[in-house]
Amino acid sequence: MKSQIVYKIQRIFTNTIIHLLLLTVAVSCLYPMLWVAASSLKTQETVFKDTSLVPREWRFQNYVQAWREGGFGRHFLNSLVYTVLVVMGIVLVSSLAAYGFSRLEFPGRNAIFYIFLLAMMIPVPGSFVALYALLNKLRLRNTEVGYILAMINVGLSTSIFLLKTFFDKTPKELEDAARIDGCSKFGIWWNVALPLAKPVLAVVVVFNALNVWNEYLLALLIFDDRPKMPLQVALQTFQGEFLTNYPLLMAGLTITAVPIIILYLLMQKYIVKGVTQGAIVG
Amino acid sequence: MSFQRLRSTLENYLFILPAVTIFTIFYIIPFFWVFQLSLFKWDGIAFTKTFVGLRNFMDIFSRDSSDPLWWRSIAQAGYITLFALTFQNALAFLLALACDREIKLKNFYRVVFFIPPVLSEVVVGMVWRLILNDIDGANLLNRGLIALGLENLTRHWIYDQHIALTTVAIVHSWKGFGWGFLIFLAGLQTIPKELYEAARVDGANAWQQFLRITLPLMVPVIILVGILTVLGTMQAFVLVKTLIQSEVAGSISVPVLRILNSMNNQDLGFGYACAQGLTFGILLVIISFVQNRISKKFSSL
Repeated sequence: MKSQIVYKIQRIFTNTIIHLLLLTVAVSCLYPMLWVAASSLKTQETVFKDTSLVPREWRFQNYVQAWREGGFGRHFLNSLVYTVLVVMGIVLVSSLAAYGFSRLEFPGRNAIFYIFLLAMMIPVPGSFVALYALLNKLRLRNTEVGYILAMINVGLSTSIFLLKTFFDKTPKELEDAARIDGCSKFGIWWNVALPLAKPVLAVVVVFNALNVWNEYLLALLIFDDRPKMPLQVALQTFQGEFLTNYPLLMAGLTITAVPIIILYLLMQKYIVKGVTQGAIVG
Repeated sequence: MSFQRLRSTLENYLFILPAVTIFTIFYIIPFFWVFQLSLFKWDGIAFTKTFVGLRNFMDIFSRDSSDPLWWRSIAQAGYITLFALTFQNALAFLLALACDREIKLKNFYRVVFFIPPVLSEVVVGMVWRLILNDIDGANLLNRGLIALGLENLTRHWIYDQHIALTTVAIVHSWKGFGWGFLIFLAGLQTIPKELYEAARVDGANAWQQFLRITLPLMVPVIILVGILTVLGTMQAFVLVKTLIQSEVAGSISVPVLRILNSMNNQDLGFGYACAQGLTFGILLVIISFVQNRISKKFSSL
């Protein structure tokens, strides 16, 4: 009887500690971005003095100013266009290739697939130097097309791998039926295979969207012209010019972070799936 | 008939053609160019490159190398990596253990812990810079510590060059632990509950269950997370750039920043940057090879 009480007290005690730990970490994850979002509505004078999460007055004109004068409107659109085009490119190119590697016969199939796989595993920290030189030579540096193609390449290997693994596990009956009905190979890929692959395509879309929106190094190397830059690089140059205007910088940070947080919250299920699958890939 | 087969095979190649083209131009060619360029002295602009053989590499390994910060930058990336391997992964594991049970708000925690990983490094670096900077006595962390009566823990987090590297490591861990957390949690959920029940019947307490069941079964997952942590952290650079910027410039750097620096440096140039990149890449391959070896040894036990 007594031991049961001790056991119960012990249980309550450990549960409290566990909850305290979890709560502390959760608050630390939420607080920084919440504080920046709240402070983006304050004035330059009060931004560090008033540290509350609810600003006394809501200066939405900070956002208007950041959007227009700070140029965040332009960079936001840039980021959006790059993300959408790159993700569309990756979905098309990688699903075509994955379908080919999984379903079609041609000499060198496995060898070529293994080269893609190998690229996922070998780190080449200097390759951006060579890529810079190559883009210069192709006159693709400082162009939107160059950046979009380079970013499609970044997401290609992993996406092909995820999709090929999916196609390998999927039964072929539907495709066989379509073939008997006289559907072409591309028709089968588009009308049968892609709709079946929707759950994996969602993982591919979410991860690549996160990756492109947050990308920094290639954008830094490729773009010289300010109007072409995506948000991540623009934030850095902005910091140099409007050094002392903290609420504007905070508005810019919020504009950059909020879309990705919304995407994450909406597509949360696929992120969990992608992380665990991606871990198996590694 | 055979013409039709040829046609069919060519059609099959069309499926991989776009991927192979993009991959060749943007991955394979730069990959081989890195090796080639590392043997030249070239500023990246001039029409002619000067062949220098292995001199770039000899310079990197020489006593008075042209980039005196290079090896120190590797050591500093190593420090951040060690911090992430131990502190960050231990925290991730602990939190995963805490969430691998019937507990309130479990899904809330799962969602929240992955918010730092979805933010970009630029945003994370700049946000923490705003929190930790000393302008106008801003430093929210110090104010919090003072409010808690922990005045002797206050620091100039990003201005003191003895602290700044640890600050980077902590913020890096804050940003990254969510990955490990999700992978550990997925791993824990694959352990059959019957094992624990059987152990409990045999009279094993919670600690014994953890040591005899959870830990051994999680070794492959722990090593996997370890490998991902090393490869990711060693190549991180944006946080250093955005969080501490110029205050401690020169005293704190990481390899990718040095490569970028060499690239923009007239005296060193693209060739030297490629040689540094290769040296570093080989080091990373060796590290992950050793880690793989260790993991094989463990899983055969």
